[in-house]
Amino acid sequence: MRPGAPAPKLSLATEDGGTFTQEDLRGRTTVLVFYPFAFSPVCTDQLQVYEEILPDLERRGARMYAVSTDATWSQAAFKRQLGISIPQLSDFEPKGAASRALGAYFEPGGMTNRAIVIFDDDAKLLWHHVADSPGDLPGANLILAALDG
Amino acid sequence: MCGVSDLRSDDHVRGPEGAELVVVYADFTCPHCALAHARLLEREGEIRRVFRHMALKAKHPRAVPAAQAAEAAALQGAFWPFHDALYDDPGRIEDPHLWALAERLGLDVDRFDADRRTEAVAARVARDTREAVLAGAMTTPTFFRDGRPTTIIPFATSETKQRSGPLPNAGQRGRTYEQ
Repeated sequence: MRPGAPAPKLSLATEDGGTFTQEDLRGRTTVLVFYPFAFSPVCTDQLQVYEEILPDLERRGARMYAVSTDATWSQAAFKRQLGISIPQLSDFEPKGAASRALGAYFEPGGMTNRAIVIFDDDAKLLWHHVADSPGDLPGANLILAALDG
Repeated sequence: MCGVSDLRSDDHVRGPEGAELVVVYADFTCPHCALAHARLLEREGEIRRVFRHMALKAKHPRAVPAAQAAEAAALQGAFWPFHDALYDDPGRIEDPHLWALAERLGLDVDRFDADRRTEAVAARVARDTREAVLAGAMTTPTFFRDGRPTTIIPFATSETKQRSGPLPNAGQRGRTYEQ
């Protein structure tokens, strides 16, 4: 996807049993953070650090969601254990469909890669970053830099 | 955009002037930080070390309270003894342990307990943590040498590096820090 491209069709499960689609991207800048697995140590660090910049996102009129191929129940437990507030979106079934559509799936591992995809309030791609490997953590500074253009 | 601020007047610094400067962003609840401290102690006198907080409230429930306690100790001139004691005995970071430590170090415990709850102390810890996050640090400890971040313990033996190296960490554009 190139910057300015419209969001593809998305269908992700929310924690409350609903569905998050590409239409939900409209109206507010949205940062989607893809992580490989709930409860893996690296993911733990990543989301705990990103939690620290939520006020910065709010000031920029943006919101953040974390996405993985874990089931909603696993994501909810993970979120509780971490003590974070970042809403979770599950790409569990069909597995990885949204991640694939956004170039954020890691085929060798059968999981989401570590990636950040930002859409503007018109559901058009603003910026994206895919890690060279799932072990690489994109710094929070990259997200804020991308939002600040 | 991966640098941190230069040495500040209120930084906690140890080591001789003129020695190579290492800025350490760390957390008192983090076992890797305790290991890093032990390794850096082996080079005490050869490096100039700055300690800054990277205390994530979601990482450990005692991360921020321990950091604030260290800052309260600093207000009585005892940051480094407090720092060393916390890393020497990392299982004791609850409030009664902190009070006992303050007493053992000869601090005014009432003042210590009041200071660690002040907005100024909270702001100091938050400032350091925020700077670390905005500089791209993704875990503890993160070291900055010449403005560049690394998660490899500086000056450590290859054996130690090997143990600490696999920690997956933040970097620029999805790469790990300089190796």
